[in-house]
Amino acid sequence: MNQFQYTRVTTPKAAVSAISTGNGSYFLAGGTNLIDLMKREVVVPERLIDINKLPLATIEKTATGLRIGAMAKNSAVAESELVKKYVPLLTMALNAGASAQLRNMATVGGNMMQRTRCAYFYDTAMPCNKRSPVQAGADKGQTNGPVGCGAIGGINRMHAIFGASTKCIAVHPSDMCIALAALDATVNVSGPKGDRTIPFGDFHRLPGDTPQKDNTLLPGELIMSVDIPTNKFADHSHYLKVRDRASYAFALVSVGVAVDMKRDTIQDIRLAMGGVAHKPWRLIEAEQFLRGKSATEANFKQAAMLAMNGAKGYGENDFKLTLAPNSIIDALKTATKTA
Amino acid sequence: MTKDTKNPPIDRVDGRLKVTGGANYFADFELPNMAYCVLVGSEVGRGTITSLDTKKAQGAPGVLGVFTHQNMPPIPGWDAPVGGEADGPAPKPKREETYRILSSPKILFDGQPIAIVVADSFERATYAASLVKATYNKQAARTELEKHLSEGVAPKGADGGNYLRGKADAYQSAPVRLEANYTIPIEVHNPMELHGILAHWTASDKLMIYAKTQGVNATQQAMAQAFKLDPKNIHVHTEFMGGGFGMGLRTWPQETAVVAVARKIGRPLKLVVTRSQMFTLVGHRPYTVQTINMGADTNGKLVGLAHAATAETASYEDFTEATVNMTKFMYDCPNVSTRYRIVRLDRSVPIWMRGPGEATGAFALESAMDEMAHKLNLDPIEFRLRNYTETDPEHNRPYSSKNLKEAYQRGADAIGWSNRKNEPGSQREGDWLIGYGMSTGVFSAFRWEASARALLKADSSLTIQSAVTDIGPGTGTALTIIAHNVLGVPLNQIKVEYGDTSLPKAPTQGGSAIVSAVGSAVFDACTAVKKQLTELAIKEGGSLAGRQADELIIADGVLSVEKEPRKKVALSELMRANNLTVIDKSADSKGGSEQSKYSMYSFSVHFVQVRVNPLTGVVRVSKAVSVADSGRIVSPKTAASQMIGGVAGGIGMALTEEASIDHRFGRFVNNNLGDYHVAVHADVPAIETIMIDKPDPIINPMGAKGMGEIALIGFAGAVANAVFNATGQRVRDLPITPDKLLRKLT
Ligand SMILES: Cc1cc2nc3c(=O)[nH]c(=O)nc-3n(C[C@H](O)[C@H](O)[C@H](O)COP(=O)(O)OP(=O)(O)OC[C@H]3O[C@@H](n4cnc5c(N)ncnc54)[C@H](O)[C@@H]3O)c2cc1C
Repeated sequence: MNQFQYTRVTTPKAAVSAISTGNGSYFLAGGTNLIDLMKREVVVPERLIDINKLPLATIEKTATGLRIGAMAKNSAVAESELVKKYVPLLTMALNAGASAQLRNMATVGGNMMQRTRCAYFYDTAMPCNKRSPVQAGADKGQTNGPVGCGAIGGINRMHAIFGASTKCIAVHPSDMCIALAALDATVNVSGPKGDRTIPFGDFHRLPGDTPQKDNTLLPGELIMSVDIPTNKFADHSHYLKVRDRASYAFALVSVGVAVDMKRDTIQDIRLAMGGVAHKPWRLIEAEQFLRGKSATEANFKQAAMLAMNGAKGYGENDFKLTLAPNSIIDALKTATKTA
Repeated sequence: MTKDTKNPPIDRVDGRLKVTGGANYFADFELPNMAYCVLVGSEVGRGTITSLDTKKAQGAPGVLGVFTHQNMPPIPGWDAPVGGEADGPAPKPKREETYRILSSPKILFDGQPIAIVVADSFERATYAASLVKATYNKQAARTELEKHLSEGVAPKGADGGNYLRGKADAYQSAPVRLEANYTIPIEVHNPMELHGILAHWTASDKLMIYAKTQGVNATQQAMAQAFKLDPKNIHVHTEFMGGGFGMGLRTWPQETAVVAVARKIGRPLKLVVTRSQMFTLVGHRPYTVQTINMGADTNGKLVGLAHAATAETASYEDFTEATVNMTKFMYDCPNVSTRYRIVRLDRSVPIWMRGPGEATGAFALESAMDEMAHKLNLDPIEFRLRNYTETDPEHNRPYSSKNLKEAYQRGADAIGWSNRKNEPGSQREGDWLIGYGMSTGVFSAFRWEASARALLKADSSLTIQSAVTDIGPGTGTALTIIAHNVLGVPLNQIKVEYGDTSLPKAPTQGGSAIVSAVGSAVFDACTAVKKQLTELAIKEGGSLAGRQADELIIADGVLSVEKEPRKKVALSELMRANNLTVIDKSADSKGGSEQSKYSMYSFSVHFVQVRVNPLTGVVRVSKAVSVADSGRIVSPKTAASQMIGGVAGGIGMALTEEASIDHRFGRFVNNNLGDYHVAVHADVPAIETIMIDKPDPIINPMGAKGMGEIALIGFAGAVANAVFNATGQRVRDLPITPDKLLRKLT
């Protein structure tokens, strides 16, 4: 690990101004991802700006839904009575992630910003375009090791089947973000040029030719909070995470389902998948298909088929072409079960 | 002889130390003026270092030295072959490679140390290590066993890797036949405690070592050879070990290198390897490909059996294990052949891992038994019973004891085997398929040479000493119980000292042999103490004068006449009366001629119930029952813990554990505990352990056989068999991950 400067800030304003002075500065939240990346020299910051003292950990009810502060710990969000009552899908997704110890440290903002778990990204002896982008002018700390995509033609069991590029087939690893994507959350950020709100679906991005960019946050911007609009999904939510062991493993495929049911009919529905793309993958076509339909296995199968449009395997991850639709069906069955 | 009674389930004697931080593991030791070192690993799997830049590292804060093949201090004993070779020197290596750490620019495996960076703190050494930069003349690393199966060589040994009883191809003419291939991936021991060593030259020819070794005497011997020292001048201490599972069964080259560098810098030097180095520097269970050919008649009687295994080893050292052995003697079959080969790859050398060889072989054999039972439409237990053997068909001699039939029965009752349906895929609970599976495990019951000392003090407290390391199974607890049984000293007045070369010599802890070996020595030493006590009591003028030795019993610190309990004398009183402050007896113990008259094995049977999600291919072990037939159980509580630990490891082996290599680079992609999946709590159901607990009349005075290995051996097969029962799909490549099962289910 290189030597770096360390600054602690107590206001969002100070955080934003601190990060904007000089390159190679990173916010430090729970540190559960950033510190690992520093130890592996995947990221080599010159300066850490510790934002743990920012007053951004509140979870509150607003006129339009829930607002969750960026510094709220993953465990605190999962345990929040408000969250459990109004957006249980978020609790389920959070509890499916990492381990209790990690969730106690991890924050909402950090979880959104966590980097991919692709092994080639983590190993500076192996090629990775995300870690070592070809373009000049990228972050100084991101030019470690050979370029290329090691995962294409390599060990890619965990990798994307949607929206990947010839430069990168990594997936975004977060569980929490699948729930937030499904629930139409918005992200409130504050930056050198002021505040703005980003729809969750636009927050993360596909790799294209610039896989070094995971999201659309601009330099110097700080995530302040996440808003989740009021919904009618609380009674029929399910987060299915298929993984290699029962806990403490990233998703092979995960599915977040939130349904508004009237008897057997699906009034409204939200569907998102994890472990399949560089961003949380919303299943808009499947949602449209299911709206107004009855909750039958035949309909679920049809929806799952629609959801798989454009899917492409890369060898070891071909099984996801089966696992993904099956998981959609399984999750829909569970979510639409009437108590 | 001790009375033939079951032993008390006492708590682990060192439990409190362990949970309060009072137990010192090698890395806990801090010495004045101690320095720290970090290993820099090669980033290529085969090739030659063309340049090595250590300037920056040398100039980094706190750095005391950077050692590479260019300036490594010599290791005097390394002109001769290095100690610890798994099975003796190779017969005729096809490729003449030797691996002498930091002696040449040649790279033989990914992660091979190319520099040792020494600094005044671990953090500074770590930072400086990151500044060492190498360039390589890279060659393609041959790391994929499947691509090199034809290059298998026969290992050294009496049978040259081949065994034959009857006709080799008898299975071919049997009415019911099975041919199947089974694969197990690289598994890494991954105990919680990282490997390493702390070396301290206390004089120019005197060495103190704190190490992570399963045998302090073996480490002493290896270092004596490497540094041409009198073993007496080398003191090795390993009282506690945070899990070994086999990785500490030899002295690794980097340990020797640390000792050499410590001498050079003139300071105590500590190495703790990183988690990713645990994948390349301290061995692993070798990737192994197996083929079973089996033939049976329509009555379910085995006609012929052939088992072939090919495993990876390093280019520079042959590692072999007993992968195909179980097939030779497990079942009554007139025609059996086995074949074992190793392939030398550009990989670091494997080492035994819990249930070494047999765990790999049992997966294949016991899966095949299940497959054949299915073909015969027989219950898998019934099929095994039809081929049950009361004598060892390999050596044509009796077993010292075998209660496997009882084990089948009790395990079957406990899991609810009668709920199993022979028709696969026929049981459901909601959306989940339910299946039951079972498998047998077996491992040699050894009795190696060992020494121990017993010191009974006048306050009637007892100290037991032996150099043996306790790697966690509860050795101290078992030895306490054995001493208690012989001498009747209350359990809380017995102290066991172990894990240090200043104590009587003991074998390396491994092979499930310690209770048998060291336990026998303790038994003998305590028996000698008892003999002296008895003689003192019955001699003329003694408190029990005129009595015969065999009339007396010893319990609760009192020697008494069995039939007249009021005729008695306290041990402390007896010693005082004879002006003795201590009775000090040592014993060297080993087996005798019975070793060649009997076949000695511990047996286990594992039963599992699994739930399989047919849509996602997810498998969950929902019930597990493991039965041990390993003689008299000396320490019931720690023995049960052993079984539970074995099952947890078995679930990992069956469902989750695999170290994956990207063969294009010859490099691991999941060399950390986040991505290498050992089973976690959520994967492990409540485990029922059953001990047959019948003494073996032959093996040793306690009647105890080992049980560390059988806890794991066979378990993976039971899971694979249960998955088949649940789904009708057979996965022959471990681990059974959702992707593999899904490919078959859809
Ligand atoms: C072994 C392991 C297993 C895991 N398993 C899972 C899993 O199964 N599912 C899952 O979802 N996650 C998993 N995680 C990831 C975990 O969820 C993330 O590490 C965690 O959420 C990151 O949060 P943090 O607060 O610690 O972020 P940090 O590590 O502090 O920061 C991560 C990044 O976010 C940036 N950042 C932090 N806060 C802000 C902010 N407010 N505004 C702008 N930028 C910010 C930082 O600069 C940094 O670049 C696992 C992690 C580990 C180590």
